Amino acid sequence: MERSEKLLFEIGSPGRVGIHLPECPEEPDGDLGIPAQYLRTEIEGFPELSEVDVVRHFTRLSRWNTAVDLGMYPLGSCTMKYNPKMHESLARLPGFAETHPLQPETTAPGCLRLMHELEKDLCAISGMDHFTLAPSAGAQGEFVGMSMIRAYLSERGDARRVVLIPDSAHGTNPASARLAGYEVETVPSSPNGTIDTKALRGCMGPDVAALMLTNPNTLGVFENRIVEVLGIVHGAGGLVYQDGANMNALLGKVRPGDTGIDVLHLNLHKTFSTPHGGGGPGAGPVGVRSVLEPYLPVPRVVHGTEGWRLEEGYPKSIGRVHAFHGNFGVLLRAYVYIRSLGAEGLRQVGEQAVLNARYLRKRLSGDFEPAVTSDMLHEVVFSDHSFHDLGVTTLDIAKRLLDFGFHPPTIYFPLTVAGALMMEPTECESRQELDAFVDAMLQIRHEAEHEPQILKSAPHRTPVRRLDEVAAARRPRLRWRSPTA
Amino acid sequence: MKYLSSGPGDRHAMLEEIGVSSIDDLFSSIPRELRHEGPLPVSPALSDPDLEHLLRGWASENLTLESAASFLGAGAYRHYRSPAVDAILTRSEFYTSYTPYQPEISQGTLQSLFEYQTFICMLTEMEVSNASLYDGGSALAEAMLMAHRLRRGACSYVSESVHPNHRQVAATYAQNAGIELRALPRRADGATDPEAVEKSARSGASSIIVQSPNFFGVIEPLEELAAAAHLGGAMLLVSVVEPVSLGLLRGPGHFGADIVTGEGQAFGLPPSFGGPYLGFLACMESAVRALPGRLVGETVDVEGERGYVLTLATREQHIRREKATSNICTNQSLCALALSVQLAALGRHGLPRLARLNAWNARQALARISDIPGIQREFKGPFFNEFVVELPDDAGRVCQALAAEKVLAGVPLGRWWPELNRHLLICATELTRPEEIDRLAQSLHKATVGGDGTGQVEARSERGAI
Amino acid sequence: MIDPDNLKYTRDHEWIALEGEVGTIGITDFAQKELGDIVFVELMQAGTVVTAGKEMGTVESVKAVSEVYSPVNGTLEESNGDLSSKPELINQDPYGRGWMVRVRLSDPAQVARLMDQSSYEAYLKQEASGQ
Repeated sequence: MERSEKLLFEIGSPGRVGIHLPECPEEPDGDLGIPAQYLRTEIEGFPELSEVDVVRHFTRLSRWNTAVDLGMYPLGSCTMKYNPKMHESLARLPGFAETHPLQPETTAPGCLRLMHELEKDLCAISGMDHFTLAPSAGAQGEFVGMSMIRAYLSERGDARRVVLIPDSAHGTNPASARLAGYEVETVPSSPNGTIDTKALRGCMGPDVAALMLTNPNTLGVFENRIVEVLGIVHGAGGLVYQDGANMNALLGKVRPGDTGIDVLHLNLHKTFSTPHGGGGPGAGPVGVRSVLEPYLPVPRVVHGTEGWRLEEGYPKSIGRVHAFHGNFGVLLRAYVYIRSLGAEGLRQVGEQAVLNARYLRKRLSGDFEPAVTSDMLHEVVFSDHSFHDLGVTTLDIAKRLLDFGFHPPTIYFPLTVAGALMMEPTECESRQELDAFVDAMLQIRHEAEHEPQILKSAPHRTPVRRLDEVAAARRPRLRWRSPTA
Repeated sequence: MKYLSSGPGDRHAMLEEIGVSSIDDLFSSIPRELRHEGPLPVSPALSDPDLEHLLRGWASENLTLESAASFLGAGAYRHYRSPAVDAILTRSEFYTSYTPYQPEISQGTLQSLFEYQTFICMLTEMEVSNASLYDGGSALAEAMLMAHRLRRGACSYVSESVHPNHRQVAATYAQNAGIELRALPRRADGATDPEAVEKSARSGASSIIVQSPNFFGVIEPLEELAAAAHLGGAMLLVSVVEPVSLGLLRGPGHFGADIVTGEGQAFGLPPSFGGPYLGFLACMESAVRALPGRLVGETVDVEGERGYVLTLATREQHIRREKATSNICTNQSLCALALSVQLAALGRHGLPRLARLNAWNARQALARISDIPGIQREFKGPFFNEFVVELPDDAGRVCQALAAEKVLAGVPLGRWWPELNRHLLICATELTRPEEIDRLAQSLHKATVGGDGTGQVEARSERGAI
Repeated sequence: MIDPDNLKYTRDHEWIALEGEVGTIGITDFAQKELGDIVFVELMQAGTVVTAGKEMGTVESVKAVSEVYSPVNGTLEESNGDLSSKPELINQDPYGRGWMVRVRLSDPAQVARLMDQSSYEAYLKQEASGQ
């Protein structure tokens, strides 16, 4: 395989075009009524390429990506499950793709109906009372949820200053709480990653607005004292936000709303199979208990005498967070997923996801050290502790895995585990695929003991070798520049 | 279930390996009383053909921009998309991968994002672009927060001619960040007043926020606005919501903008009922550490081969947590890829031609509509592919009536400005056909003046004078 | 070149060399090794009042940000401008060209209360065995 592809700006030649546009009629005065100082005649550096050039360039680039459709992608906490193909063709139907967000609502009943149905099904799956589909990703969902909590407490005349977040949480949690205007205090977790209820009691007070928790937590462990945790927080007048990034573990088994939490976001690109797209787009709908319903973002889909419409008249709403009504194309894919699975399919997803993760732990535990001994659900975290004496780190293990054609697990997260390797196989992997992954990991263990240099210099079979991230950060080159400029 | 690759035999063998007797045992860490018993009360599962039938049915209930004569814009545009865009976007290697945390097996995504960043810099005439944000609305909000980090001002001013939805998103973010977001009034010609900008900047604002071409379609006097903002000590933040305009107009960086943000949907993404779209954000090199979102940088591997990595990550939430420049994690990478493919196909000569076609068609539409008695253009500053006209009647009612004839006449402004309830924002692109302009003119004529719009004006019997 | 033997040290791994009322401050060799390749340094500007034990800047590696704390009270007189283009100087020469700031001390006697070379080495040993 070719190991390098020039940049778009370095290929092509004068006169090539990739789209045949009609001739533009000449304006009589030539300037379109726009003052000359605003106009540009060409854009410095833009390429000149044929359609062939363009397609080959990007097709070649595509071959250097590892992807779910090429094999197991056990990136913990990201739920890299298979992306059904039917979703892609349905999202591209002109009846959806060619609708405008501002066309009269009476001319888009199909889109609005779909959004309403999705809200309803997300409520059914999560046990929450109401949903907003507006947030574009999980982090924006967190911001929305925390903003709603803030608005609710302010309305109650009980402005509070602090949000508690366990040390094992995703980085988005503290960043989102801060964005919503809160100060963040870290709550230490117990060794298995669950909330240390004694420490939580110590942190709770009249200034604490909310606790943000992830359940199951980032070690895959179910927060089995959730009822006690909720009692502590609610008892002191605070609310509980659940990061639903790990919802795949609970599908059909636990509805977070039934446990008594107040706010929950779901990542449709994780649990509900919408494609990750190399880093997005996603969608992060937020569910709430009824008491928070007046604060949901606008617009909201409602049904009235004239059919479906978008309503903005909610005086207590936190406002708008999306330019329009949410990432509709993503919402559509998630809805199709839910309808194709139904209650039975969703339950099977949760069960198989947990079975696969437990199987991985069982098969790897002899050679890798699990971070916790308690039963985990959908993901398993190992530390690189047992490799220390061999001079091998988590980074070396991850880089060597690339040579075996697997995407490595999430590494160095959660921060509470030294040299963490966080694996989430998802329900989609077959026993054969899991076994092949285990074989690769065992081979790496063997190499670490006998030929550690192979690991230290890995990867060996990838389009590029280990890249110099230090040089990239010290003297950043963040765009192409013409060598003659 | 077709997305599971395990049969009963597999499950049995795996349970045996684990050493438990049933699936239920795997969930023993969850207290019984918290478990949901029985099936979830979701909509029933459908077979593949039934599901496709249901979705096709819903799709057919919507009036599409393909089947209507559409003049809708206002932040979501219908443009010709190269078939190469979907050919690339549907490649599994791109759409079924994730954030390129492991650069050695993500060079496809990383290099394409590096190219995206370069395209945004070239378009906007800025030095650095991030690797995408959610959409034009949240990008505007992020830009406002960024300016606030750099300047620590007491407030920010946003021009009334910025997209009202984007202003609302910025207001949601400002409210919680403790930033007072104040409004700058529009001038009679629809542009932002440089004198008002200078005065506002002097009041301790960290940024002045404008959009060009603005929501009314008018090209803002960016050079004067930048000078005014800088004189008053504020940053000028420019949003570009219809970036096809940058094939015709100099980038805001040329005029002195400090931060350029906007909506990239026009390049390669379908309108898709409002998302997913693409927020972009560009700044000067000196501000790069205040930038939110991911950044791709060029480097070399151990053999000296050129390659790309995510870089300057210490700005981000996974490292700096509550002190990060933003909470964003997942962004809109695939949408950024669409922009790169579309711009690569358009290229050096295609983009300027595309922009001129847009401007030309918009002028054809304006000329035709202006012939209708009682309809005239409002906000008469120079424009690109959108303009506002005042009708003799409520614009919302007119649009509703025309929609029944499959003419989507434009976006009525009354929902945001009650005093502009007779005003309509009209957009034409390269896809607007002469016969569609005729249909628009005829139906507008009929709806406002009466008659068939072919020139003979019928008596206006049912309505009083406006 | 500053002789590490004549420096004073903090438990947060900063060093200080005092000449008259002005102290030159950097981070120790141990600290730079722990941090790994330093890619960016951000320091407070001249004129800033600094307080012992409070943050006066940050150093960044590719995947971590660490605060640098002032060992003493005083006013920042100068920061090492070379570090903005060559942060690697801290890795290459932590006690020399990798110095970070000069501070005019409000109470030079404060320095005497810091660890000397041998106590700092003992402290490092103790920390290592504690883990």
